[in-house]
Amino acid sequence: MSRLAKGGLVDRARALSFSFDGKRYSGLAGDTLASALLANDVKLVGRSFKYHRPRGIVSAGPEEPNALVELRAGARREPNTRATVVELHDGLIAASQNRWPSLGFDLLSVNGLVAPFLGAGFYYKTFMWPASFWEKLYEPVIRRAAGLGRAADGNDPDEYEKANAFCDVLVIGAGPAGLMAAREAARAGARVILADEDFLPGGRLNAESHTVGDEAGHAFAARLAAELASNPKVRIMTRTTVFGVYDGGTYGALERVSDHLAEPAPFAPRQRLWRIVAKRAVLAAGATERPIVFGGNDRPGVMAAGAVQAYANRFGVAAGKNLAVFANNDEAWRAAFDAAQAGIAVSAIVDVRETISPALTAEAERRDIRVIAGGQVIGTRGKTLSGIEVRHGGTTEALAIDTLAVSGGWSPNVHLTCHHGGKPIWNADIAAFVPGATPPGLSVAGAARGHFSLSGALRDGVQAGTAAASDLGFATATPEIPIADDAEPAIAAFWHVADSKGPAFVDPQNDVTAKDVGIAFKEGFRSVELLKRYTTLGMATDQGKTSNVTGLAIMAELTGAGISETGTTIFRPPYTPVAIGALAGHHRGKDFRPTRPTPTHEWAAEQGAVFVETGLWLRAQYFPRPGEADWLTTVNREVSAVRASVGLIDVSTFGKIDLQGPDVGAFLDRVYINGFSALAVGKARYGVMLREDGMVMDDGTTARLAPEHYVMTTTTANAAKVYQHLEFCLQVLWPELDVAIASVSEQWAQIALAGPRSRDVLARVVDDSVDVSNEALPYMGAIIGTVMGGIPARLFRLSFSGELGYEIAVPARHGETLARALMAAGAEFGITPYGTEALGVMRIEKGHVSGNELSGQTTARDLGLGRMASTKKDYVGRTMAGRPGLTDPERPTFVGFKPVDGTSRLRAGAHFLKVGAPADTANDEGYMTSVCYSPTLQHWIGLGLLKRGPERIGERVRAYDPVRGGDIEVEVCAPGFVDPDGEKLRG
Amino acid sequence: MRIPCPYCGARDAHEFAYLGDATVTRPDPAAPDAEDTFFDYVYLRDNPAGPHSEWWYHASGCRQWVRVARDTRTHAILGTELARKPAGDAA
Repeated sequence: MSRLAKGGLVDRARALSFSFDGKRYSGLAGDTLASALLANDVKLVGRSFKYHRPRGIVSAGPEEPNALVELRAGARREPNTRATVVELHDGLIAASQNRWPSLGFDLLSVNGLVAPFLGAGFYYKTFMWPASFWEKLYEPVIRRAAGLGRAADGNDPDEYEKANAFCDVLVIGAGPAGLMAAREAARAGARVILADEDFLPGGRLNAESHTVGDEAGHAFAARLAAELASNPKVRIMTRTTVFGVYDGGTYGALERVSDHLAEPAPFAPRQRLWRIVAKRAVLAAGATERPIVFGGNDRPGVMAAGAVQAYANRFGVAAGKNLAVFANNDEAWRAAFDAAQAGIAVSAIVDVRETISPALTAEAERRDIRVIAGGQVIGTRGKTLSGIEVRHGGTTEALAIDTLAVSGGWSPNVHLTCHHGGKPIWNADIAAFVPGATPPGLSVAGAARGHFSLSGALRDGVQAGTAAASDLGFATATPEIPIADDAEPAIAAFWHVADSKGPAFVDPQNDVTAKDVGIAFKEGFRSVELLKRYTTLGMATDQGKTSNVTGLAIMAELTGAGISETGTTIFRPPYTPVAIGALAGHHRGKDFRPTRPTPTHEWAAEQGAVFVETGLWLRAQYFPRPGEADWLTTVNREVSAVRASVGLIDVSTFGKIDLQGPDVGAFLDRVYINGFSALAVGKARYGVMLREDGMVMDDGTTARLAPEHYVMTTTTANAAKVYQHLEFCLQVLWPELDVAIASVSEQWAQIALAGPRSRDVLARVVDDSVDVSNEALPYMGAIIGTVMGGIPARLFRLSFSGELGYEIAVPARHGETLARALMAAGAEFGITPYGTEALGVMRIEKGHVSGNELSGQTTARDLGLGRMASTKKDYVGRTMAGRPGLTDPERPTFVGFKPVDGTSRLRAGAHFLKVGAPADTANDEGYMTSVCYSPTLQHWIGLGLLKRGPERIGERVRAYDPVRGGDIEVEVCAPGFVDPDGEKLRG
Repeated sequence: MRIPCPYCGARDAHEFAYLGDATVTRPDPAAPDAEDTFFDYVYLRDNPAGPHSEWWYHASGCRQWVRVARDTRTHAILGTELARKPAGDAA
């Protein structure tokens, strides 16, 4: 065990049991998986992506490149989680990744032997040809050899939520700067949200050993967090990562609600995606420690100095028994001192600088720590680290140690400042990129701005919080700035130990070495963006948090251009990975979008309906009866029953738009191609409307119920689109027209009654005062009345089937009652409920256009509706519909088709060719849009668009359907197969 | 992104449907060059980098067409107004 005897912010009274690679271990409440593994002396935790090299824990935070593990099992298994941020819970199951057959012995580590061939540009160079090798050979081999974790075995059983939050000041990060910013903003009266990805507020206050005033840093953090939590205007969101900055002060955040539990509590989500809208934000995201690149720097036991410090101070864990430090800055010395204070043997501090602050060397001397100034680590040994080789003063020396704490300095976490295009600026004094232009409303404080000392971070946080509040008009008092015991640390930029031994990894997660950067340089891929793509530097799941700056600095050394000129690649959201499940929230499976049942849904279900989704709607598709072999049998029965007697269907899904005002007639004249201003009260008319580009947008009937009151129907699919278009016409194009419209699609249930006995049925449901005789309600008549004893109704005599037909609209809540009343009234005529299939068959038999023909690529003329177009008025689309290309007589035009042999099945989508013409695009004459088996005609029929179609009635053409192997001759005919003269529907 | 709807106040952009350029005006269909002017009206659009006037429809709100001045580089909303001022609105 490497758990220290005392210290740390863990609960030593609460032991937690967990397993790693099947073996059981014990940790403490307050541990991360990484700290618990280190406490159990587990140093080898994974294999690297490409070379399968053994890897250990490097960091103590979200930047971790190596310690990626699979969490949980079965459907809850989650790959590529960073052990350094996984909060330990009792029963946690974790497994290492990318090793075979075992973590300790990985056969694919032979990849390391062929590393010279797997270097930069490997993919581009090796797999150029032959192309056929790619799928069969290269990809499967690479997939097996290089990889990360495995996806879950089944559908994720957990829930994910989305939520919105609003505040005056959002503070991102609850370290010293963030705590102070939140406190000052809250004191001024602002509504504050303080978000931190950790489960414990405090940031580096918990990892370091500074005091604030006379308080230990972690105690100060706890006290401040408690003070904030007691303020009702402050919301502290722990386990919450703000991952992106979006427009208008909108921030994306991911709250890990239940990731620290074996399973979410009942009704609790696993994660919650927050959209936080903040008037101001303070980014106090801290900084990430960088490595120094040298040969063998990926060996387990080589860690970040700040991480060694965090494990000792926060978790009470000795990362090793015998430590050396390799650094270029003062901060790492404090890590060494903290480790020594915790009881870890510190063999040496190797600092690349020749000159060190006397205070530090004095402290090292006091602690009996050897100082090697001007030294460099040039090699390591051991499967897990057992020693290092140090070069100093012209000699080399071997040191036997098990842990090397490395620090190349700290990089401010500028990521979120770049999400609106801001570019970080190189500050040579602190050897770090600091934020450039920030997104509107976002300021930066503390280490994220390059103020690495605790005293600097506290001061900066106070100022940022005060400024944000005062900017919003809150009165701020003179702030009190806590005093910390440190000064800004000194650093000398140093990136890469040249002439070191073994592969020197820049990006350990993607196995990119300093040599790869050199290859990219030699081959001309020198801009940072090219370097990234050619070597894959920084493209792994950690997005190069520890490697980007080092990689570009090495490139800058090679080019001699300087780091400032070399610049960074672009940081984009998300800051850390966000599960797709969280982005989807509840919108998955059947919850992806709402289901709209029709008003008669219950009744239809009782009738045994099979339902079909049409857009959001769930409509009855057909009503099978016992003994019917297939859907076609059912549909044929339904059609025949309607044509012989009477049937009914719910057509409530059509869009219904109420139009009122003195100018409705004039308005309709401008949106429909045909005239409406002369429509009499009590009459309905079929209309076609175009888009302004001349193509048909939609069709439907509009009835005039009163002098200034009309109701329009649209197709089901275009209901919302047409409504929006009408509002555009009214509000933008012709605001002078006195018309008001409202969508009433959901307010009215509408049932169509069709068949020769439909009038008999209708007469039995209307109240006595309503006359539905042929004289009182002729074809295309529309009257207001009551049905079923006083229920208000609108009666339309319309027909989509070609039969005598009516549509009855009642308030939606009465729709089901109406359906039952019609069934009862029609019982003696054998009234038959029919579905959308039979509806479609009858409209094809009748030759009406529908959705398949209203494709957005057809003109009114194409659809045989050109003669409806008025020449006496302007309307939307008129001018553009007159373009030569749209009036070309060669355009495919609407006609009907039947098989020449009388038996063959027709297929929608088949293309028309002249008989004998080769099947190529040059001979394409149009295509079949709709087909059905007609029980009335006892053979297949079709509708389609054929060049000069109406002139070719009686001609035979070839219906060619290579996709389904169809190639038959069809005869061109007029599109009305049933009752072409409309005698039935007027009878 | 949020859009200050003149009726509803600041609302999330997801409540709105976007149409596009509000600087074009439907031409006079009776003009002799109507075919050309309509072609421009339907198809030709400038793509300015900077302030732009656009039509947004508050579909999940008041169902009003709103003229939105938006900076296409920053998505900053510079101002909004209703396409059709309510009757009796002196302004």
